[in-house]
Amino acid sequence: MTASGLAALPLLELTVVLPLAGLLLALPLGHHGARATLALAPIILLVTALLCIEIMWSGAPIERVAGGWDVPLGIALRADGISGAFLLTTALVACAVAVFQAQGGQDGGATRRSTFWPLFLATWGALNAVFVSGDLFNLYVALELLTLAAVAMVAYGSTEAAMRYLLFALSGSLVFLLGVALIYAGSGTFDIGLLGSAGAGDTAMTVAAAFMTAGLLAKAALFPFHAWLPPAHGNAPTPASALLSALVVKAPFFILVRIWFDIGPETSGVLMQLLGYLGVAAILYGSLLAMRQERLKLVIAYSTVAQLGYLFLVFPLAGAAQDLPWTAGTWSGAIFHALSHALAKAALFLAAGIVIEAVGHDRLQGLAGLARDLPMTVFAFGIAAVSIMGLPPSGAFIGKYLMLTGALAGGHVFLAIVMIGGGLLAAAYLFRPLRLMLLAGETQPAKAIARRRQVVPLLLALAAVGLGIAASLPYALLQIGRSLTATEGIE
Amino acid sequence: MSGIMPALLMLCPLVPAVLTFFLREDSHRLRNAVAIGSALLKLALIAVVLLGVAAGNEYELRIPLVPGLYMLLRVDELSLLFITLSSFLWLVTTVYAIAYLGGHENLSRFFGFFNLCVAATTGIALSGSLVTFFFFYELLTLSTWPLVVHNGDEKSLSAGRTYLAYTMGGSAALLLGIVWAEGVAGPVEFIAPLDFEDTGTLAQRLIFVLCVGGMGVKAALIPLHGWLPTAMVAPAPVSALLHAVAVVKAGAFGIIRFIHDVYGIARVEELALGLPLALIASATIIYGSVRALQQTDIKRRLAFSTVSQVSYIVLGASLAGPIAAIGGLVHLVHQGLMKVTLFFAAGALAERIEVRSVDQLDGAGRRMPLTMVAFSLAALGMIGVPPLAGFMSKWFIGVGALEAGRGWVILVLAGSSLLNAAYFLPLIYRAWFKPAPEGAVSAGAERPLALILPAVVTAISVLGAGVLAGLWISPLGWATLIVEREYLP
Amino acid sequence: MSTALVYALCGASLVGVGLYGFITRAHLLRRILAFNIIGSGIFLLLGGAGSRQGAVSPDPVPQAVIITGIVVALSLTALAVALLVRLVEDTGRATLPGEDASRDA
Repeated sequence: MTASGLAALPLLELTVVLPLAGLLLALPLGHHGARATLALAPIILLVTALLCIEIMWSGAPIERVAGGWDVPLGIALRADGISGAFLLTTALVACAVAVFQAQGGQDGGATRRSTFWPLFLATWGALNAVFVSGDLFNLYVALELLTLAAVAMVAYGSTEAAMRYLLFALSGSLVFLLGVALIYAGSGTFDIGLLGSAGAGDTAMTVAAAFMTAGLLAKAALFPFHAWLPPAHGNAPTPASALLSALVVKAPFFILVRIWFDIGPETSGVLMQLLGYLGVAAILYGSLLAMRQERLKLVIAYSTVAQLGYLFLVFPLAGAAQDLPWTAGTWSGAIFHALSHALAKAALFLAAGIVIEAVGHDRLQGLAGLARDLPMTVFAFGIAAVSIMGLPPSGAFIGKYLMLTGALAGGHVFLAIVMIGGGLLAAAYLFRPLRLMLLAGETQPAKAIARRRQVVPLLLALAAVGLGIAASLPYALLQIGRSLTATEGIE
Repeated sequence: MSGIMPALLMLCPLVPAVLTFFLREDSHRLRNAVAIGSALLKLALIAVVLLGVAAGNEYELRIPLVPGLYMLLRVDELSLLFITLSSFLWLVTTVYAIAYLGGHENLSRFFGFFNLCVAATTGIALSGSLVTFFFFYELLTLSTWPLVVHNGDEKSLSAGRTYLAYTMGGSAALLLGIVWAEGVAGPVEFIAPLDFEDTGTLAQRLIFVLCVGGMGVKAALIPLHGWLPTAMVAPAPVSALLHAVAVVKAGAFGIIRFIHDVYGIARVEELALGLPLALIASATIIYGSVRALQQTDIKRRLAFSTVSQVSYIVLGASLAGPIAAIGGLVHLVHQGLMKVTLFFAAGALAERIEVRSVDQLDGAGRRMPLTMVAFSLAALGMIGVPPLAGFMSKWFIGVGALEAGRGWVILVLAGSSLLNAAYFLPLIYRAWFKPAPEGAVSAGAERPLALILPAVVTAISVLGAGVLAGLWISPLGWATLIVEREYLP
Repeated sequence: MSTALVYALCGASLVGVGLYGFITRAHLLRRILAFNIIGSGIFLLLGGAGSRQGAVSPDPVPQAVIITGIVVALSLTALAVALLVRLVEDTGRATLPGEDASRDA
């Protein structure tokens, strides 16, 4: 098939339409929704992969206007390299979760309820909509759909955690919407492309962007807005935890990158520094709390709080002066980190889910003997942990290396030390459960779990490592349509 | 074409590592065949590469990752020296480990990580750039941890924690140093000394301290040596691997690379970094020996002896001068051969006749003669008795020190040799000249042969490396060639 | 005083009132209502932004956006109320733990 052949297909629209159509289909099917999802997931993965190929092939972002209505009335969809990368990662994680869960996940029967699979597809569709939205208001709608589905999935585990999450998300949405309204009042358009090409803009634009940022921080659970995350992710059913921690919290980050790098309001160094230092606080605070947890899923959830902090370091490193030679590398590094974290975190939560199914709980002190009973799962946990720690050859290492290079080149020695120290802290909190799993001793043998389910987290973890080994391809993808002024990384 | 050989050399341990993880626990024959087969295959590959390099071929494999970051595998003389040593010891250690661990639990996991560890060592040997080196250096840390904690009891797990705390801390410093160095001087390949035109001497010194300090953790330089003695709870084949080829050698090899191919001896001298490093290495040599003398457990005594002996390598590299450099390089090989022999023997003693501490050694020479001959030969080598391997190393380092105008090193060497004698000779004396305790069983102690012969083979190589040191193919001949190429371009 | 300014001021005061309720009240139903008041305020701001000085018809985009926004707010309110009902069924309280509804009085 040629590039023009691919271009003739409505791939971009399908990435959003297919999951949402699946959602409608799954609603009446009830608990048979699992089968429908399982059939649909590979198709969406294929569409996404073809879209990425099309983006690579044409070397330029792909733009469509839904229904033939032109901007500003119509809905513009736009997929550049970073959209493609996030779409594909989402599709991989979602497919893995679907395969994992549709083959008989237990956890309290949550996923056998008729509502689970529609919510799953809604989450997927909303994520894809965030990644391909070309204007700010559509981003808002997609983000709200995402919140809706995510909160509902958390409610399977704990109503209280869901309520807390919803309150954070609601206040975040409102502040974000206020920012969107201010931008429209100032410039008369929602379109990211138009806003970006209009130039640096004025102070009003920066204020509006700051509002949107504040709203998104609550949804991204950046320190100090993180309080809702650990109970929500730690108590949700396994597949929901995996989606939430791996992908849902990345959507607000993605929008932040769009705002500060694509629209590029006149940046204030102080604001960028502030985001960066909140990131530093998140790394330290999240890691220290992860070390003190007594439940495996809570360790992983606090690890998400810490790892999200890394992503926000991109703002002081690359946001304030976008024309420096290393900016492109640093920006790509942060995206690498986000993608690698998505794959590895999903692997960790699925592995934790297997542990819970096998021994009936996830208390760290009761994990002895697991390395003997579930070697493949422990191995998957270990490989995913290596990725979270940012060790080579994982994708996270590539990300960390690129960001470190930028940090030292830009004179941010403190941030460089935090990044390296954060890796050590991650090692401390992730080797603790691993060590306890390797503990031998007289323990009750764990319940057997089918190998074809155990292999799912292993494949996800290996994908996180593969992202580093085959880094040149995703790196090339990310550069397509990148709007930074700097063109080359430092050699 | 030239890229295929490095790739094959890497895949040779990597593929069996991955395969082994998926083998059923009870498919012993297949697992052993994979392990030994791949080790033999790798030796054959190395022979091909050796001939190729002698014929003037160049082997290089470059894998781009992102702009400014790529993997570079390259075969040069130094990498050949290290890879030949590691592959030879891999083969004998595999044979030994199969015999030693027969009947244990979790063997697929053990041999999987064992092969992974060898893959990491191979990668370290073949690394052509500092980043590639770091890749494999970290892989080594990660693949040795499951080996250290293999027994799964509280003691091994806490040793594993100490091991990780030290080595990951070291890696963090190393990473910072690497990123800094690449930031100011571009990608660092092991070809010519770095170009630091605009960098202040303070920054240059700090980068050196970060990198050498980071690698010094694995090389067990004081005060970074604390993990090594605690890691002794691991099974004997693991200790042999850790002490002879894998971990401590990776650190020492990295320091040699860094001094010779990244900074260059001349700059190290110019920045006045050689002397402090030589002092630290000397202090480590003496300290390790003194602590070894205090140990009653044989394995712990050997562990502190490693702390001391590996620093000869660093000492040789830090003294500015070709002859000392030869001494350091050749000790990289010699120490590996001798130490692996000692650990094989110690493991066999513990496993077969329950001899674990020094005072249990009485009469062991008659109970396990082959093992004790190998042990004694290696121990005499460590002390530096001519014409054994260890003597050659010490001789070259000593002459090199005089040439470099650092006469005090002779005192360190002499003191250390005395201490070596003090902690090794009593063992030999007890084993050969004291009667065995009443009722000691010795019949059939030297079984199975796979447990005994590896030590004999490596002991013969200790003798051979010393006696045949004049040949160009000997470790000494090879080390001389490497140093000549560097000093006489 | 221009029409746009009237809209802006009304919108701002609604946002202020709603924000006060959202922060100070512990009863979750009150907080959900407060969320709706803030939302209405923001929609008013947005609508005001669409009035064009001197033009015959206002800018249609904000109106389309406001309608969509109301739908979104409605669905989130529905979800919030459903969660609240569940919370009350489970725990008998309409507040999050650690918060006291009596201060609302």
